[in-house]
Order: sequence, then C-alpha cells, then structure tokens
Amino acid sequence: MDIEKIYEAAEIEGAISDPDVAHLIINKDEVVGLQGLPGLSVETEQIENGIDISINLEEGAVIEDPVHLCFGVTDEEAVQNIEMDINIEKNAEIGILAHCVFPQARDVEHIMNADIRIGPGAEYTYLEKHIHSEEGGIKVIPKADILLEKGARFRTDFELLEGRVGMIDIDYETTAKEDSVLEMMAKIDGQGDDEINISEKGNLVGKNSRGVLTTRVALRDEASAEVYNKLIADAPDARGHVDCKEIVQGNGKAKAIPIVDVRNSEAHVTHEAAIGSVDTKQLQTLMARGLSEDESADLIIDGLLS
Amino acid sequence: MSILKIEDLTLEIEGSKILNNLNLEINESKIYAMVGPNGAGKSSLAFTIMGLDGYRDIEGDIIFKGDSIKDLSVTERAEKGITLAWQEPARFEGLTVRQFITSSTESGTDPEELLNKVGMDSTEYLDRPMDSGLSGGERKKIELASILAMDPDLVLLDEPDSGIDVASLEKIFDVIKTLGDNGTTVILITHSSSALEHADNAFLMCDGDIVDHGPVSAVGKYFEEECFNCEAFSDQDKADEKKEVKKETK
Repeated sequence: MDIEKIYEAAEIEGAISDPDVAHLIINKDEVVGLQGLPGLSVETEQIENGIDISINLEEGAVIEDPVHLCFGVTDEEAVQNIEMDINIEKNAEIGILAHCVFPQARDVEHIMNADIRIGPGAEYTYLEKHIHSEEGGIKVIPKADILLEKGARFRTDFELLEGRVGMIDIDYETTAKEDSVLEMMAKIDGQGDDEINISEKGNLVGKNSRGVLTTRVALRDEASAEVYNKLIADAPDARGHVDCKEIVQGNGKAKAIPIVDVRNSEAHVTHEAAIGSVDTKQLQTLMARGLSEDESADLIIDGLLS
Repeated sequence: MSILKIEDLTLEIEGSKILNNLNLEINESKIYAMVGPNGAGKSSLAFTIMGLDGYRDIEGDIIFKGDSIKDLSVTERAEKGITLAWQEPARFEGLTVRQFITSSTESGTDPEELLNKVGMDSTEYLDRPMDSGLSGGERKKIELASILAMDPDLVLLDEPDSGIDVASLEKIFDVIKTLGDNGTTVILITHSSSALEHADNAFLMCDGDIVDHGPVSAVGKYFEEECFNCEAFSDQDKADEKKEVKKETK
C-alpha cells in the first residue's frame, strides 16, 4: 500500500497540498512530508521504530488553520514509536488534527508518549482520529502528560469509530494551574473482542481552574472496556465534572470508575456515570416510527458517539 | 369504517389487572379522546396497542384494519401504520432534531416544514441535539413533527397537552386536527377539558375498562360531574383537575 492511500483514508489530500497549512506526515518510522509555518517549528529525529518530534509555537503566534499530523503504518506488521514534545508559548494558539491511520494492520503496535506544555494564556486543541483495519490486529498505547500554565486552555478529542479498535490503552494526565481550562473527551466504538482501557486524570491545582472529563464508549459482541476518570480539585474555586457513558450490547463488558477527589472546601466537582444497554424508551420511540430494533440501536449509538 | 377493534383485552402486570376485559371499537379518520382518573389504564392501553415491552403478554385480541396485531413487534405495528407519542418524550444524546424527524421517513420529507407546522423555528432547532437541552414541551412538539413525517393511520397521543405552554396549545390542537383531516385516526389521552373539545368522540376509562363512550359533551360532563366525587378519583386526580381548570381560565 502506498502513502497516498493513507492520505485518502484520512481525507487530507487537500490540506497537505495547501501551502498555508502546516503538516507532518509519518509512515512507520519515516517522515514523508513536513511543512512548517512562521512561528511554528517542527523538528523530527528518527529513533528505533519511530520518530521523535519537537513542536514549538512561538509566543503570541496564532496558527489560523488546523495543523495536520498524520501517523500511519501501511505495513501489516510493525511497531511505531512516537515521542512528542510540544511547547505552546505564552498567548499562542494552535489546533492540531492528528490522523492515526492503520488500514492494513494485522499485528501493529502504535505507541505514543507526549509531553505537552501550554504556556500562560495559550490555547491548544488536539483532535485525534483513528482509522483502523477491520482485522483488529492493532495495539494503540498513547500516553500524555499535559501542563497548563495560568489562563491556558486545552481541549483534546480522541475518536476511534472507524474499523476495529483491537487493544487500546489511553493514559492521559493533565495538570491545570490558575484560571486554566481542560477538556478531555474520548469516543470509542468497540466490537468483536476489542479491549478498551481509558485512564484520564485531571489535577485542578490552580485557583479557578476548570476541568471536564468525558467518555463515550459503545461495546458490541465480546468487546470490553474499563474507564478510569479521576478529577482532583485542590484549589479554591476549582470546578470540574466527570461524565462517562457506556452502551453495552451482546456480550460486551463495561466498567466505569469515576473518582472525584476534592481537597479544598471552595472547590466543586460533580460526576455522572451510566452503563447499560440501549435505553428502552429511546429504542421503542424509534421502533414506533418503523425502524427495526437494530436500526434504532445503531442510530442511538451513532448519536452518543457523534 | 372500523380501523381498530379490541376484544376482551386483559393485561396483568406483577399480579395486578391493569386492563380488565376491555372492549373497544373505533372508526377511521376520527379523533377520540380517552379520559379517566390516574391509574385507570389509559396509557397502558396505548402502550398495549403499540406493543411496547411489558405490555405484550395479553389475553384477548387487538384487530387493526382487519388483522390481529397482538403477535407483532413494535416495528411491525408501526409499519402497519400505528405510532405513539409519549407523555414524556425520550431524550437522545447527540441525535439532532433533524435526524430524529427524518429517521423514520422516506427521503423528500422536509423537516423544516414539519417543525414550522408544530410552531417551532426550524433555523433555531433543526441542528440542536434532541437531549435535555430541550424542554419537555419542545421535545413533545418535535415528536409530533416526527409523527407528521410518518403520516400514520393511527396515532396514540399520551397527554400531548401536558407540559405545553398555553401559547403552544392551540398549535398542538391544530396539528391534531390536521392529522384527522388527513385521514389519521387519533386517540388522544388527556385530563384536559380543553383537549376534549378537539375530539369527535370520547371514551371514559376507570379501573382498566371503558365505562362510558359517546359524544364528547356527554362523556366530558359525566367525567366532571361523577368521577370527581368518586372514591376511585384520587387526590392526585383532583390536583390535576384543579391545575387544568386554572390553566384554562388563564
């Protein structure tokens, strides 16, 4: 399979041919495309089975269009290590669309370790979309430590809705200083014997810091999921919410562990977790409009994961 | 011409008789009101006609357009032309109003037009999720729009007027009248005297059975004069009645 197939699957052909759009394209352990922009530096170095990436956005720089990162593996069997060091300087703004495309994977391991620092008043959005093969022969192990300085904003959406999950083990931890805002969302559609582990932690250590951890998982067949969301509020006026919903069908197995740890009397954190089959009233409402039970369940799950 | 005939219908849930040897026949293209105190079995009758979970293990028969439907699934009953609107419509996280309205219809349905028919601004609502961000009254009107899209032969409306602001009530009744004018038979479950006025005929239910039926004026009068003083009429019913009277005199 050639790299064009990855571009096509990720729908980024237009974006990477635009000189005003920054991008970095990696196939396994090789950089096949790189374009920076003024104020944005992207440096790469080949490491064993992967790439070490350093991204720096200068103080006050604002990147208008989303930056495309594409991590692909066209082989059926491979290990891909991605080491990322991201620094967003004071009052800078950037949005990244990360496409992780493994369309032929039979035995592929994708490991990512990221250290991210978002400077005072800076904004960083990271939307990560995975496209996997239908075989399920993939392990995805992303780990990220994120630090938000005063007034910084960070939002990440992780989405794995196309192809089989295989095994995924997400481990993200964010520390939020004064007046900063973190939003972490993960949406995963599991089937077959997929195994999903999600650990999202938020440490609200600064006065008036805010955090929301959201997880949406659908499980069909024999798929299983364990979701661990922890929000610690350790400062006055820190506010947070943990929200986990998992829909289970067939022989799917789901576990949700929301932990709310409030260590300051002026902080406030709420949580909600719901695991279960598709809601009967929703299901029967759609069936009463003529949809079959399966069509109704699919529509409800599509909505939950949208 | 008869569209729905219910014969000796009995429904038991956890040892309690909810519907008790009930018989009923209604004609097509009419609007029927179903009144009665709380717990009389009005909603249970609607759920049983629709075949919802927990309301399928019945004695007797339900004949729709000449065929027994008691062994059919909810989907199969809907395909035959029956549908239901809940008193408290479901919330759907992530599903937009547009998706909800068009989910059950052939392509070509204009959701904007349908929303406008129920008195809602389509530009404001079409792309909003059908979740708790909408009030119960808004979801109820959207559910009615989805029923218009389906163009059913028989629609069961469970208290379509409850939780609706006074300004929207007339619009709701206009839609119900439109359904009737277009040939849909409507069974309107209600506590409200104002809703009764929009029906052609009425049934009075008590204790799982139909105890009276006929012209709206006669059944409505009987309901107000006799049921209110009956022991079976609970404090909750009286509170509901007072609420309705207050609403109607505003």
